[in-house]
Amino acid sequence: MTEPLQSEDVIIHFEDVAIAFDDLVVLDGVTFDLHKGETKILLGVAGSGKSILLKLALGLLKPDRGHIRVLGQEVTQMKENDLFELRRLIGMVFQESALFDSLTVRENVSFRLREEHVSEDEIERRVRESLRFVELEHTVDLFPSELSGGMRRRVAIARAIITQPELLLYDSPTGGLDPVTSTTIVELIVKQHDEYHTSALMVTHRLQDAFTMASHYYDSGAKEMRPLLGAHGEPKVNLDTTFVILKDGKVIFDGNAPELARSSDEYIREYIA
Amino acid sequence: MELVSPVDYAKQSVRAVQDYSLLAGRSVANLFAHPRYLTDTVQQMDLIGVGSVPIVVLTGFFTGAVLALQSANSLARFGALSMTGQLVSLSMVRELGPVLTGLMVAGRNASGMASELGSMKVTEQIDAMRALGTDPTKKLVTPRVVAAVVMLFFLTIISDFFGLLGGFMVAKLILGLDTYEYWNTAYQSLVYGDVVMGLTKPLLFGFVIATMGCYYGLQAKGGTQGVGRATTQAVVAASVLTLVVNFFFTRLLMAFFKIH
Repeated sequence: MTEPLQSEDVIIHFEDVAIAFDDLVVLDGVTFDLHKGETKILLGVAGSGKSILLKLALGLLKPDRGHIRVLGQEVTQMKENDLFELRRLIGMVFQESALFDSLTVRENVSFRLREEHVSEDEIERRVRESLRFVELEHTVDLFPSELSGGMRRRVAIARAIITQPELLLYDSPTGGLDPVTSTTIVELIVKQHDEYHTSALMVTHRLQDAFTMASHYYDSGAKEMRPLLGAHGEPKVNLDTTFVILKDGKVIFDGNAPELARSSDEYIREYIA
Repeated sequence: MELVSPVDYAKQSVRAVQDYSLLAGRSVANLFAHPRYLTDTVQQMDLIGVGSVPIVVLTGFFTGAVLALQSANSLARFGALSMTGQLVSLSMVRELGPVLTGLMVAGRNASGMASELGSMKVTEQIDAMRALGTDPTKKLVTPRVVAAVVMLFFLTIISDFFGLLGGFMVAKLILGLDTYEYWNTAYQSLVYGDVVMGLTKPLLFGFVIATMGCYYGLQAKGGTQGVGRATTQAVVAASVLTLVVNFFFTRLLMAFFKIH
Protein backbone atom coordinates (compact mmCIF):
# COMPACT_ATOMS: atom_id res chain seq x y z
CA MET A 1 0.00 0.00 0.00
CA THR A 2 2.68 2.50 1.06
CA GLU A 3 5.40 3.07 -1.45
CA PRO A 4 8.53 5.05 -0.58
CA LEU A 5 9.01 8.32 -2.42
CA GLN A 6 11.90 8.68 -4.76
CA SER A 7 12.82 11.79 -2.83
CA GLU A 8 11.72 12.22 0.79
CA ASP A 9 11.63 15.92 0.10
CA VAL A 10 8.63 15.59 -2.22
CA ILE A 11 5.28 15.97 -0.47
CA ILE A 12 3.03 15.85 -3.54
CA HIS A 13 4.00 14.34 -6.87
CA PHE A 14 1.69 14.64 -9.89
CA GLU A 15 2.78 12.69 -12.94
CA ASP A 16 0.93 12.85 -16.26
CA VAL A 17 -2.43 13.25 -14.52
CA ALA A 18 -5.51 13.49 -16.70
CA ILE A 19 -9.21 13.65 -15.91
CA ALA A 20 -12.28 14.32 -18.01
CA PHE A 21 -15.98 14.64 -17.20
CA ASP A 22 -18.02 13.16 -20.04
CA ASP A 23 -16.46 14.79 -23.10
CA LEU A 24 -14.90 17.71 -21.24
CA VAL A 25 -11.16 17.27 -20.67
CA VAL A 26 -10.29 19.16 -17.49
CA LEU A 27 -6.69 18.07 -16.84
CA ASP A 28 -4.48 16.57 -19.51
CA GLY A 29 -1.01 15.37 -18.57
CA VAL A 30 -0.40 17.50 -15.48
CA THR A 31 3.02 16.98 -13.87
CA PHE A 32 4.53 18.89 -10.94
CA ASP A 33 6.04 18.39 -7.48
CA LEU A 34 5.43 20.11 -4.17
CA HIS A 35 8.48 19.99 -1.89
CA LYS A 36 8.67 20.04 1.87
CA GLY A 37 8.15 23.52 3.30
CA GLU A 38 7.14 24.88 -0.09
CA THR A 39 3.98 26.86 -0.82
CA LYS A 40 2.85 26.24 -4.36
CA ILE A 41 0.22 28.51 -5.83
CA LEU A 42 -1.95 27.11 -8.60
CA LEU A 43 -3.08 29.83 -10.96
CA GLY A 44 -5.43 29.68 -13.90
CA VAL A 45 -8.65 31.09 -15.23
CA ALA A 46 -11.98 29.87 -13.84
CA GLY A 47 -12.75 26.34 -15.03
CA SER A 48 -9.10 25.45 -15.66
CA GLY A 49 -9.27 22.52 -13.24
CA LYS A 50 -7.50 24.04 -10.23
CA SER A 51 -10.02 22.86 -7.63
CA ILE A 52 -10.25 19.43 -9.30
CA LEU A 53 -6.50 19.15 -8.84
CA LEU A 54 -6.84 19.61 -5.07
CA LYS A 55 -9.62 17.03 -4.91
CA LEU A 56 -7.40 14.61 -6.82
CA ALA A 57 -4.59 15.20 -4.33
CA LEU A 58 -6.98 14.35 -1.50
CA GLY A 59 -8.26 11.26 -3.30
CA LEU A 60 -11.79 12.70 -3.41
CA LEU A 61 -11.67 12.08 -7.17
CA LYS A 62 -9.78 9.46 -9.16
CA PRO A 63 -7.86 10.48 -12.30
CA ASP A 64 -8.44 8.78 -15.63
CA ARG A 65 -4.68 8.53 -16.12
CA GLY A 66 -1.43 9.20 -14.29
CA HIS A 67 0.02 8.90 -10.80
CA ILE A 68 -0.46 11.04 -7.72
CA ARG A 69 1.72 10.51 -4.68
CA VAL A 70 0.88 12.36 -1.51
CA LEU A 71 3.06 12.05 1.61
CA GLY A 72 4.66 8.99 0.06
CA GLN A 73 1.45 7.17 -0.81
CA GLU A 74 0.02 6.50 -4.23
CA VAL A 75 -3.50 7.88 -3.81
CA THR A 76 -4.71 6.68 -7.21
CA GLN A 77 -4.35 3.07 -6.05
CA MET A 78 -5.67 3.47 -2.51
CA LYS A 79 -9.00 2.22 -1.22
CA GLU A 80 -11.37 4.73 0.38
CA ASN A 81 -10.72 3.32 3.87
CA ASP A 82 -6.96 3.81 3.51
CA LEU A 83 -7.52 7.29 2.13
CA PHE A 84 -9.33 8.29 5.34
CA GLU A 85 -6.12 7.54 7.26
CA LEU A 86 -4.02 9.62 4.84
CA ARG A 87 -6.45 12.54 4.87
CA ARG A 88 -6.02 12.87 8.62
CA LEU A 89 -2.49 14.13 7.86
CA ILE A 90 -3.79 16.79 5.50
CA GLY A 91 -5.70 19.99 6.18
CA MET A 92 -8.10 21.28 3.56
CA VAL A 93 -9.75 24.69 3.30
CA PHE A 94 -12.66 24.55 0.87
CA GLN A 95 -13.71 27.29 -1.52
CA GLU A 96 -16.92 28.15 0.34
CA SER A 97 -15.49 27.06 3.72
CA ALA A 98 -17.73 23.94 3.82
CA LEU A 99 -18.30 24.32 7.56
CA PHE A 100 -20.90 21.95 9.02
CA ASP A 101 -23.82 24.34 9.33
CA SER A 102 -25.62 22.44 12.08
CA LEU A 103 -22.54 22.46 14.32
CA THR A 104 -21.10 25.39 16.30
CA VAL A 105 -17.69 26.85 15.56
CA ARG A 106 -16.29 24.84 18.49
CA GLU A 107 -17.76 21.60 17.13
CA ASN A 108 -16.58 22.39 13.61
CA VAL A 109 -13.01 23.14 14.63
CA SER A 110 -12.83 20.15 16.98
CA PHE A 111 -14.46 17.72 14.51
CA ARG A 112 -11.31 15.75 13.77
CA LEU A 113 -10.20 15.68 17.41
CA ARG A 114 -13.55 14.21 18.46
CA GLU A 115 -13.19 11.55 15.80
CA GLU A 116 -9.86 10.68 17.38
CA HIS A 117 -11.45 10.56 20.88
CA VAL A 118 -9.19 13.25 22.31
CA SER A 119 -10.13 14.24 25.88
CA GLU A 120 -12.55 17.15 26.36
CA ASP A 121 -9.95 19.30 28.17
CA GLU A 122 -7.44 18.79 25.40
CA ILE A 123 -10.09 19.54 22.76
CA GLU A 124 -11.05 22.79 24.48
CA ARG A 125 -7.40 23.87 24.77
CA ARG A 126 -6.61 23.14 21.13
CA VAL A 127 -9.83 24.68 19.81
CA ARG A 128 -9.05 27.89 21.71
CA GLU A 129 -5.45 27.84 20.47
CA SER A 130 -6.55 27.29 16.87
CA LEU A 131 -9.22 29.99 17.00
CA ARG A 132 -6.77 32.37 18.68
CA PHE A 133 -4.46 31.83 15.72
CA VAL A 134 -7.15 33.09 13.35
CA GLU A 135 -8.24 35.72 15.92
CA LEU A 136 -11.76 34.39 16.29
CA GLU A 137 -11.76 33.01 19.82
CA HIS A 138 -14.93 34.94 20.65
CA THR A 139 -16.96 33.05 18.01
CA VAL A 140 -16.53 29.64 19.65
CA ASP A 141 -20.24 29.20 20.47
CA LEU A 142 -21.66 30.71 17.29
CA PHE A 143 -23.03 28.82 14.31
CA PRO A 144 -21.51 29.31 10.83
CA SER A 145 -24.65 31.14 9.67
CA GLU A 146 -23.92 33.84 12.26
CA LEU A 147 -20.47 34.55 10.79
CA SER A 148 -19.44 36.73 7.85
CA GLY A 149 -17.86 35.15 4.75
CA GLY A 150 -14.36 36.12 5.85
CA MET A 151 -14.91 34.78 9.35
CA ARG A 152 -16.13 31.48 7.92
CA ARG A 153 -12.91 31.16 5.91
CA ARG A 154 -10.89 31.85 9.03
CA VAL A 155 -12.82 29.18 10.97
CA ALA A 156 -12.18 26.80 8.06
CA ILE A 157 -8.45 27.55 8.38
CA ALA A 158 -8.65 26.93 12.14
CA ARG A 159 -10.37 23.57 11.46
CA ALA A 160 -7.70 22.64 8.93
CA ILE A 161 -4.71 23.48 11.14
CA ILE A 162 -5.94 22.17 14.50
CA THR A 163 -4.12 18.85 14.08
CA GLN A 164 -1.00 20.59 12.71
CA PRO A 165 -1.13 18.66 9.43
CA GLU A 166 1.90 17.92 7.28
CA LEU A 167 0.20 19.39 4.25
CA LEU A 168 -2.37 22.14 3.74
CA LEU A 169 -4.59 22.52 0.70
CA TYR A 170 -6.33 25.85 0.16
CA ASP A 171 -9.08 26.06 -2.45
CA SER A 172 -9.55 29.74 -3.40
CA PRO A 173 -9.45 30.92 0.22
CA THR A 174 -9.95 34.55 -0.82
CA GLY A 175 -12.55 33.93 -3.53
CA GLY A 176 -15.56 36.22 -3.30
CA LEU A 177 -14.12 38.30 -0.45
CA ASP A 178 -13.47 42.05 -0.37
CA PRO A 179 -9.81 43.21 -0.67
CA VAL A 180 -9.40 43.96 3.03
CA THR A 181 -10.74 40.57 4.13
CA SER A 182 -8.69 38.87 1.41
CA THR A 183 -5.53 40.45 2.82
CA THR A 184 -6.47 39.17 6.29
CA ILE A 185 -6.80 35.64 4.90
CA VAL A 186 -3.51 35.89 2.98
CA GLU A 187 -1.83 37.19 6.13
CA LEU A 188 -3.12 34.13 8.02
CA ILE A 189 -1.76 31.79 5.36
CA VAL A 190 1.63 33.55 5.46
CA LYS A 191 1.56 33.44 9.27
CA GLN A 192 0.76 29.73 9.23
CA HIS A 193 3.61 29.03 6.84
CA ASP A 194 6.17 31.17 8.69
CA GLU A 195 5.30 29.75 12.11
CA TYR A 196 4.79 26.06 11.24
CA HIS A 197 6.57 25.73 7.83
CA THR A 198 3.77 23.50 6.59
CA SER A 199 3.89 22.55 2.92
CA ALA A 200 0.91 24.03 1.12
CA LEU A 201 -0.84 23.90 -2.19
CA MET A 202 -3.07 26.90 -2.81
CA VAL A 203 -5.51 27.46 -5.62
CA THR A 204 -6.38 31.02 -6.54
CA HIS A 205 -7.25 33.12 -9.52
CA ARG A 206 -6.19 36.31 -7.74
CA LEU A 207 -2.66 37.03 -8.84
CA GLN A 208 -2.24 39.86 -6.32
CA ASP A 209 -2.77 37.38 -3.45
CA ALA A 210 -0.14 35.07 -4.94
CA PHE A 211 2.42 37.87 -5.22
CA THR A 212 1.62 39.14 -1.72
CA MET A 213 2.36 35.68 -0.38
CA ALA A 214 5.64 35.47 -2.28
CA SER A 215 6.81 38.94 -1.24
CA HIS A 216 5.78 39.12 2.43
CA TYR A 217 6.62 37.50 5.73
CA TYR A 218 4.80 37.43 9.05
CA ASP A 219 6.35 39.55 11.78
CA SER A 220 5.24 37.75 14.96
CA GLY A 221 6.50 40.64 17.11
CA ALA A 222 4.46 43.27 15.31
CA LYS A 223 1.72 40.69 14.66
CA GLU A 224 1.37 41.71 11.04
CA MET A 225 2.54 40.84 7.55
CA ARG A 226 5.47 42.86 6.23
CA PRO A 227 7.27 43.05 2.86
CA LEU A 228 10.40 40.98 2.46
CA LEU A 229 13.39 43.27 2.01
CA GLY A 230 16.94 42.55 0.90
CA ALA A 231 20.13 43.74 2.61
CA HIS A 232 19.86 47.15 0.98
CA GLY A 233 16.16 47.56 1.52
CA GLU A 234 15.22 46.38 -1.96
CA PRO A 235 12.05 44.24 -2.37
CA LYS A 236 12.70 40.52 -2.17
CA VAL A 237 10.67 37.40 -2.85
CA ASN A 238 10.42 34.13 -1.00
CA LEU A 239 11.80 31.40 -3.26
CA ASP A 240 9.84 28.80 -1.23
CA THR A 241 6.70 30.22 -2.76
CA THR A 242 6.31 28.89 -6.28
CA PHE A 243 3.73 29.11 -9.01
CA VAL A 244 2.02 26.68 -11.35
CA ILE A 245 -0.11 28.08 -14.15
CA LEU A 246 -2.73 25.88 -15.81
CA LYS A 247 -4.09 26.46 -19.27
CA ASP A 248 -6.38 24.11 -21.21
CA GLY A 249 -5.72 21.33 -18.70
CA LYS A 250 -1.92 21.54 -19.01
CA VAL A 251 0.83 23.08 -16.88
CA ILE A 252 2.31 25.96 -18.86
CA PHE A 253 4.51 27.32 -16.07
CA ASP A 254 6.11 25.85 -12.94
CA GLY A 255 8.63 28.02 -11.12
CA ASN A 256 9.23 30.83 -8.66
CA ALA A 257 8.35 34.52 -8.82
CA PRO A 258 11.55 35.77 -10.58
CA GLU A 259 11.17 33.03 -13.20
CA LEU A 260 7.54 33.98 -13.66
CA ALA A 261 8.50 37.63 -14.13
CA ARG A 262 11.12 36.61 -16.74
CA SER A 263 8.75 34.34 -18.69
CA SER A 264 8.48 35.24 -22.37
CA ASP A 265 5.30 33.19 -22.93
CA GLU A 266 2.71 35.51 -24.38
CA TYR A 267 -0.22 34.03 -22.42
CA ILE A 268 1.73 34.25 -19.15
CA ARG A 269 2.81 37.82 -19.82
CA GLU A 270 -0.80 38.75 -20.49
CA TYR A 271 -1.95 36.82 -17.42
CA ILE A 272 0.42 38.56 -15.01
CA ALA A 273 0.08 41.99 -16.62
CA MET B 1 -35.65 19.58 -22.68
CA GLU B 2 -32.58 17.50 -23.48
CA LEU B 3 -33.33 14.10 -25.00
CA VAL B 4 -31.46 11.13 -23.58
CA SER B 5 -30.66 8.17 -25.81
CA PRO B 6 -32.15 4.81 -24.71
CA VAL B 7 -28.64 3.39 -24.27
CA ASP B 8 -27.58 6.26 -22.02
CA TYR B 9 -30.82 5.98 -20.07
CA ALA B 10 -30.26 2.24 -19.56
CA LYS B 11 -26.67 2.87 -18.43
CA GLN B 12 -27.80 5.57 -15.99
CA SER B 13 -30.47 3.27 -14.58
CA VAL B 14 -28.08 0.36 -14.10
CA ARG B 15 -25.53 2.70 -12.50
CA ALA B 16 -28.19 4.08 -10.15
CA VAL B 17 -29.16 0.55 -9.05
CA GLN B 18 -25.48 -0.30 -8.60
CA ASP B 19 -24.78 2.86 -6.56
CA TYR B 20 -27.86 2.28 -4.40
CA SER B 21 -26.92 -1.36 -3.80
CA LEU B 22 -23.38 -0.39 -2.84
CA LEU B 23 -24.62 2.26 -0.42
CA ALA B 24 -27.18 -0.11 1.10
CA GLY B 25 -24.55 -2.84 1.43
CA ARG B 26 -22.03 -0.47 2.98
CA SER B 27 -24.60 0.82 5.47
CA VAL B 28 -24.94 -2.74 6.79
CA ALA B 29 -21.24 -3.61 6.56
CA ASN B 30 -20.44 -0.50 8.64
CA LEU B 31 -22.19 -2.15 11.59
CA PHE B 32 -19.29 -4.58 11.82
CA ALA B 33 -16.50 -1.99 11.54
CA HIS B 34 -15.16 0.79 13.75
CA PRO B 35 -15.89 3.57 14.41
CA ARG B 36 -19.56 3.28 15.37
CA TYR B 37 -21.50 6.46 15.97
CA LEU B 38 -23.81 5.62 18.87
CA THR B 39 -24.62 9.23 19.76
CA ASP B 40 -25.62 9.99 16.18
CA THR B 41 -27.76 6.83 16.12
CA VAL B 42 -29.59 7.78 19.33
CA GLN B 43 -30.09 11.31 17.99
CA GLN B 44 -31.62 9.90 14.80
CA MET B 45 -33.80 7.53 16.83
CA ASP B 46 -35.20 10.52 18.65
CA LEU B 47 -35.75 12.38 15.38
CA ILE B 48 -37.30 9.47 13.50
CA GLY B 49 -38.99 7.62 16.35
CA VAL B 50 -40.15 10.11 18.95
CA GLY B 51 -40.70 12.78 16.32
CA SER B 52 -43.01 10.53 14.29
CA VAL B 53 -45.19 9.38 17.22
CA PRO B 54 -47.93 12.04 16.78
CA ILE B 55 -48.51 11.35 13.07
CA VAL B 56 -48.33 7.59 13.59
CA VAL B 57 -50.85 7.76 16.45
CA LEU B 58 -53.27 9.88 14.43
CA THR B 59 -52.87 7.78 11.27
CA GLY B 60 -53.33 4.51 13.16
CA PHE B 61 -56.30 5.73 15.19
CA PHE B 62 -58.30 7.09 12.27
CA THR B 63 -57.44 4.18 9.98
CA GLY B 64 -58.73 1.73 12.60
CA ALA B 65 -61.81 3.89 13.14
CA VAL B 66 -62.67 4.12 9.45
CA LEU B 67 -62.03 0.39 9.00
CA ALA B 68 -64.62 -0.36 11.67
CA LEU B 69 -67.02 2.15 10.16
CA GLN B 70 -66.70 0.85 6.60
CA SER B 71 -66.78 -2.83 7.49
CA ALA B 72 -69.81 -2.51 9.80
CA ASN B 73 -72.18 -2.14 6.88
CA SER B 74 -70.92 -5.26 5.08
CA LEU B 75 -70.65 -7.34 8.24
CA ALA B 76 -74.16 -6.36 9.36
CA ARG B 77 -75.59 -7.77 6.14
CA PHE B 78 -74.30 -11.22 7.11
CA GLY B 79 -75.21 -10.75 10.75
CA ALA B 80 -71.53 -10.71 11.65
CA LEU B 81 -71.20 -7.26 13.20
CA SER B 82 -69.54 -8.85 16.21
CA MET B 83 -66.59 -9.74 13.95
CA THR B 84 -65.62 -6.03 13.67
CA GLY B 85 -62.81 -6.47 16.20
CA GLN B 86 -61.38 -9.38 14.21
CA LEU B 87 -61.46 -7.47 10.94
CA VAL B 88 -59.83 -4.36 12.38
CA SER B 89 -57.24 -6.43 14.22
CA LEU B 90 -56.20 -8.56 11.22
CA SER B 91 -56.13 -5.62 8.81
CA MET B 92 -54.16 -3.38 11.14
CA VAL B 93 -51.62 -5.91 12.38
CA ARG B 94 -50.96 -7.70 9.09
CA GLU B 95 -51.12 -4.86 6.61
CA LEU B 96 -52.26 -1.37 7.41
CA GLY B 97 -50.21 -0.82 10.57
CA PRO B 98 -46.81 -1.52 8.99
CA VAL B 99 -47.60 -0.09 5.56
CA LEU B 100 -49.21 3.15 6.70
CA THR B 101 -46.53 3.70 9.33
CA GLY B 102 -43.91 3.05 6.64
CA LEU B 103 -45.53 5.53 4.28
CA MET B 104 -45.84 8.16 7.00
CA VAL B 105 -42.19 7.76 8.01
CA ALA B 106 -41.19 7.76 4.32
CA GLY B 107 -42.96 11.06 3.81
CA ARG B 108 -41.58 12.59 6.96
CA ASN B 109 -38.08 11.14 7.27
CA ALA B 110 -36.93 10.05 3.81
CA SER B 111 -37.53 13.67 2.77
CA GLY B 112 -35.72 14.94 5.86
CA MET B 113 -32.72 12.69 5.21
CA ALA B 114 -32.57 13.56 1.51
CA SER B 115 -32.79 17.29 2.12
CA GLU B 116 -30.27 17.29 4.97
CA LEU B 117 -27.70 15.15 3.19
CA GLY B 118 -28.45 16.86 -0.13
CA SER B 119 -27.74 20.29 1.39
CA MET B 120 -24.52 18.93 2.84
CA LYS B 121 -23.58 17.51 -0.55
CA VAL B 122 -24.13 20.68 -2.57
CA THR B 123 -22.31 22.85 -0.03
CA GLU B 124 -19.29 20.48 -0.05
CA GLN B 125 -19.85 19.45 3.58
CA ILE B 126 -19.79 15.78 2.55
CA ASP B 127 -16.44 16.33 0.81
CA ALA B 128 -15.23 18.25 3.87
CA MET B 129 -16.17 15.29 6.06
CA ARG B 130 -14.24 12.92 3.79
CA ALA B 131 -11.33 15.38 3.76
CA LEU B 132 -11.35 15.36 7.57
CA GLY B 133 -10.86 11.60 7.48
CA THR B 134 -14.43 10.60 8.35
CA ASP B 135 -16.46 8.17 6.29
CA PRO B 136 -19.87 9.82 5.61
CA THR B 137 -21.53 6.41 5.19
CA LYS B 138 -20.45 5.52 8.75
CA LYS B 139 -21.20 8.90 10.28
CA LEU B 140 -24.37 9.80 8.39
CA VAL B 141 -25.92 6.78 6.64
CA THR B 142 -25.58 3.85 9.06
CA PRO B 143 -26.99 5.74 12.09
CA ARG B 144 -30.03 6.74 10.04
CA VAL B 145 -30.56 3.21 8.74
CA VAL B 146 -30.27 1.63 12.21
CA ALA B 147 -32.52 4.29 13.73
CA ALA B 148 -35.17 3.87 11.02
CA VAL B 149 -35.18 0.06 11.28
CA VAL B 150 -35.43 0.01 15.08
CA MET B 151 -37.90 2.87 15.43
CA LEU B 152 -40.23 1.74 12.64
CA PHE B 153 -40.67 -1.54 14.53
CA PHE B 154 -41.87 0.29 17.65
CA LEU B 155 -43.87 2.85 15.70
CA THR B 156 -45.75 0.01 14.01
CA ILE B 157 -46.68 -1.45 17.40
CA ILE B 158 -47.98 1.96 18.44
CA SER B 159 -49.88 2.31 15.16
CA ASP B 160 -51.43 -1.17 15.56
CA PHE B 161 -52.57 -0.40 19.08
CA PHE B 162 -54.09 2.96 18.21
CA GLY B 163 -55.72 1.41 15.13
CA LEU B 164 -57.42 -1.13 17.39
CA LEU B 165 -58.36 1.67 19.77
CA GLY B 166 -59.85 3.72 16.91
CA GLY B 167 -61.84 0.67 15.78
CA PHE B 168 -63.01 0.12 19.34
CA MET B 169 -64.22 3.71 19.73
CA VAL B 170 -66.36 3.34 16.60
CA ALA B 171 -67.53 -0.14 17.60
CA LYS B 172 -68.51 1.02 21.07
CA LEU B 173 -69.82 4.52 20.47
CA ILE B 174 -71.39 4.22 17.01
CA LEU B 175 -72.07 0.51 16.46
CA GLY B 176 -72.92 -0.21 20.10
CA LEU B 177 -70.75 -3.35 20.35
CA ASP B 178 -69.70 -4.82 23.65
CA THR B 179 -66.19 -3.90 24.89
CA TYR B 180 -65.25 -7.45 25.85
CA GLU B 181 -66.56 -8.87 22.58
CA TYR B 182 -64.55 -6.39 20.49
CA TRP B 183 -61.23 -6.92 22.27
CA ASN B 184 -61.74 -10.67 22.58
CA THR B 185 -62.40 -11.22 18.86
CA ALA B 186 -59.56 -8.83 18.03
CA TYR B 187 -57.14 -10.80 20.20
CA GLN B 188 -58.39 -14.30 19.39
CA SER B 189 -58.22 -13.82 15.63
CA LEU B 190 -54.49 -13.13 15.63
CA VAL B 191 -52.17 -16.08 15.18
CA TYR B 192 -48.40 -16.21 15.60
CA GLY B 193 -47.80 -15.78 11.85
CA ASP B 194 -49.89 -12.59 11.70
CA VAL B 195 -47.90 -10.93 14.46
CA VAL B 196 -44.54 -12.01 13.08
CA MET B 197 -45.52 -10.84 9.60
CA GLY B 198 -46.73 -7.50 10.91
CA LEU B 199 -43.60 -6.89 12.93
CA THR B 200 -41.04 -8.17 10.41
CA LYS B 201 -42.19 -5.88 7.62
CA PRO B 202 -41.32 -2.61 9.39
CA LEU B 203 -37.70 -3.78 9.72
CA LEU B 204 -37.49 -4.05 5.94
CA PHE B 205 -39.46 -0.85 5.36
CA GLY B 206 -37.19 1.08 7.72
CA PHE B 207 -34.16 -0.11 5.78
CA VAL B 208 -35.72 0.83 2.43
CA ILE B 209 -36.85 4.27 3.63
CA ALA B 210 -33.53 5.25 5.22
CA THR B 211 -31.30 3.95 2.42
CA MET B 212 -33.50 5.65 -0.21
CA GLY B 213 -33.47 8.95 1.68
CA CYS B 214 -29.69 8.82 2.13
CA TYR B 215 -29.04 7.67 -1.45
CA TYR B 216 -30.97 10.51 -3.05
CA GLY B 217 -29.45 13.01 -0.61
CA LEU B 218 -25.90 11.91 -1.41
CA GLN B 219 -26.64 12.00 -5.15
CA ALA B 220 -27.96 15.57 -5.03
CA LYS B 221 -26.32 18.10 -7.30
CA GLY B 222 -27.15 21.48 -8.73
CA GLY B 223 -27.76 23.74 -5.73
CA THR B 224 -31.05 24.24 -3.92
CA GLN B 225 -33.06 23.08 -6.92
CA GLY B 226 -31.10 19.82 -6.88
CA VAL B 227 -31.83 19.37 -3.18
CA GLY B 228 -35.54 19.90 -3.80
CA ARG B 229 -35.48 17.37 -6.62
CA ALA B 230 -33.61 14.84 -4.48
CA THR B 231 -36.13 15.27 -1.67
CA THR B 232 -39.11 14.66 -3.95
CA GLN B 233 -37.45 11.67 -5.59
CA ALA B 234 -36.57 10.19 -2.19
CA VAL B 235 -40.16 10.37 -0.91
CA VAL B 236 -41.62 8.95 -4.14
CA ALA B 237 -39.04 6.17 -4.44
CA ALA B 238 -39.21 5.24 -0.74
CA SER B 239 -43.02 5.12 -0.78
CA VAL B 240 -43.31 3.13 -4.00
CA LEU B 241 -40.52 0.74 -3.01
CA THR B 242 -42.17 0.25 0.39
CA LEU B 243 -45.38 -0.89 -1.34
CA VAL B 244 -43.53 -3.11 -3.83
CA VAL B 245 -41.42 -4.71 -1.11
CA ASN B 246 -44.59 -5.14 0.95
CA PHE B 247 -46.24 -7.22 -1.77
CA PHE B 248 -43.30 -9.58 -2.33
CA PHE B 249 -42.44 -9.88 1.34
CA THR B 250 -46.07 -10.57 2.25
CA ARG B 251 -46.21 -13.34 -0.37
CA LEU B 252 -42.98 -14.80 1.00
CA LEU B 253 -44.15 -14.71 4.61
CA MET B 254 -47.57 -16.12 3.73
CA ALA B 255 -45.87 -19.06 2.08
CA PHE B 256 -43.54 -19.44 5.06
CA PHE B 257 -46.30 -19.37 7.68
CA LYS B 258 -48.77 -21.17 5.40
CA ILE B 259 -51.29 -18.35 5.72
CA HIS B 260 -53.97 -18.17 3.04
